[in-house]
Amino acid sequence: MDILNGLMQGFSVALTPMNLAMCFLGCLLGTIVGVLPGLGPPATIAMLLPLTFKMDPTGAMIMLAGIYYGAKYGGSTTSILLNVPGESSSVVTCLDGYQMARQGRAGAALGISAIASFVAGTIGTVLLMLVAPPLAKLSLAFSSPEYFALMVLGLAMVVLLAGDSLTKALLAMTFGLWIAGMGTDLFTATSRFTFGQTELLGGIDFVIVAIGIFAVGEVMANMEPEKPLDMLPVPKGLKNLFPTLQDLKDCRFAFMNGSIIGFFIGVLPGAGATISSFLSYGLEKAVSKHPEKFGTGVIEGVAAPEGANNADTAGALVPLLTLGIPGSGTTAILLAALVLWGFKPGPMFIEDSPAMFWGLVASMYIGNVVLLILNLPLVTVFAQLLRMPGYVMYPLILGVSMVGIYTINSSVFQLCLLAVFGLVGYAMRKLDFPTAPLVLGLVLGDSMEKALRQSLMMSQGDLSILFRPIPAVLLSIAAFLLIVPLIKKFNSVRAQVIDKEA
Amino acid sequence: MSSFTRKGDFWAGLVMAALGVFVVTQAYGWDYMTEDGPGAGFFPLWYGIVMVVLSLLLVAGAVLKEGAKAKTVRWDDMRRAMTCWIAFSVCVGIIKFVGFMLAFGLLIWFIIAIMFGRPQRIALPYAIGGAVGFYALFTLALELQLPVGTLF
Repeated sequence: MDILNGLMQGFSVALTPMNLAMCFLGCLLGTIVGVLPGLGPPATIAMLLPLTFKMDPTGAMIMLAGIYYGAKYGGSTTSILLNVPGESSSVVTCLDGYQMARQGRAGAALGISAIASFVAGTIGTVLLMLVAPPLAKLSLAFSSPEYFALMVLGLAMVVLLAGDSLTKALLAMTFGLWIAGMGTDLFTATSRFTFGQTELLGGIDFVIVAIGIFAVGEVMANMEPEKPLDMLPVPKGLKNLFPTLQDLKDCRFAFMNGSIIGFFIGVLPGAGATISSFLSYGLEKAVSKHPEKFGTGVIEGVAAPEGANNADTAGALVPLLTLGIPGSGTTAILLAALVLWGFKPGPMFIEDSPAMFWGLVASMYIGNVVLLILNLPLVTVFAQLLRMPGYVMYPLILGVSMVGIYTINSSVFQLCLLAVFGLVGYAMRKLDFPTAPLVLGLVLGDSMEKALRQSLMMSQGDLSILFRPIPAVLLSIAAFLLIVPLIKKFNSVRAQVIDKEA
Repeated sequence: MSSFTRKGDFWAGLVMAALGVFVVTQAYGWDYMTEDGPGAGFFPLWYGIVMVVLSLLLVAGAVLKEGAKAKTVRWDDMRRAMTCWIAFSVCVGIIKFVGFMLAFGLLIWFIIAIMFGRPQRIALPYAIGGAVGFYALFTLALELQLPVGTLF
């Protein structure tokens, strides 16, 4: 009953003309950034975040969330027509989507992708609505040691699943912790890592790092010479975009598979949409009557991963809103946005800010309908965006980034920091350092240090406070997650040595 | 040049190790533990040590790894990206003097005319249109303040 009342309240918030407009704008921008390879939701959300400071926070959150899940819809268009994923989570869609397009079935592939995204996005939102309130109640029992352990576990999972190298992921995380530690220590008023600059006494604004790494770094990476892209045509006419009844029948399991796997993988910090789309594709192939045809253009191979990467976004909002723990770079930026607007994501978030939580949930139902409408008849228009030359897009991104940073507190010094972090972001891309652990380390670093120090103050320096049942379990899982790959690595090195000796 | 010095991991590890040493030495100067609990140096000391250890592992990996498994730095690929970054940095640097509109207009012109080699009949209208468009959108429509220079 609480959920039903909450949802009614949410629709009364989301259906106001302004919030409907924000939802539409977010979905439109999300589709556009999803279609464009090289411009992702973290960069877009980070760039637009400073511009939302004067807006109503609920409307702004509805728009930013629309960008987040809208990009997942748009990402498939590029995968199907160009064999280049618009988003990392659409990589798997290339396998069968592009093959379908080559066989003249681009319309059916784009259509099933939009339908699967709609079904899974809606089921994911239902699950978010059902899972988040009880989880928030459960986490009310948490205090500083539990939060510290939870944040360590979140970081461990992100580190574990980010990139090929555990060492680089851990280094990126410690770099994020270092940036988070800059400024005045709130416990002792000590200035840390300020290099004598008064501008750094308040620390470095998260938005500067996020825009620098995601937007400026991405533009720099895209400046490198690349081969021209060869795009397959989109069939004209709406009826050519609708899959046949047989196609829909073939995909009925894929819709459910994508929805369930996507949502639950999304809940896990660090796992993310790419892993959920790979898993759902693998499961679809495993249970298929014709697994050998996967990769040659089967429609279930498009429906399952596209569904999964959309349900994932609803799943990722569960730990963000109920525990205040983001699981990816994008949700970390959303967390920062909520904090900047004065909200406190965590166990009390749903009770303290029902209009924001339920308004967001209701807007996601509306957004999924908007995206289905946008992505079916207008896919030809969005596909034309792929012909936009880089020299038009890149200066725009750099300009919006500069304006975004300057509006925070009218400081040219912060623009200089933006340039520095742009270079850092580019270097990380070139050297295969994952960016998600850095962003998470930065977002969680301050809270993590606070939670640890509060825990040790509670226990007068006794570390055994971290070994109460809940933190002990969480920290053990985190340690296990970080140690297992090392053992695996050790074993593979040992096996190689034995092989060589033999 | 030895093969490992061509590897990005080697240099990245050295830079991160230097940063780690800096973090640890700074943290030593702050209180580790106070009467009220952990001090300002407690947390940085630990992640600083972790940073140093991991960086050295990265350097060791680059030195010891056989063959060209680790990524090598390809300076040619980076030239355009670095040119773009320098142009962006110069734009940020001159904003204080010439203001946002002129600095941003110059950046657009540089990217289109110099980096992408487009003719002036494309570069100039885009540069002027972009700068004026940003002013119209952000200053006039959204009432946000753009950087103003001492000259303009």
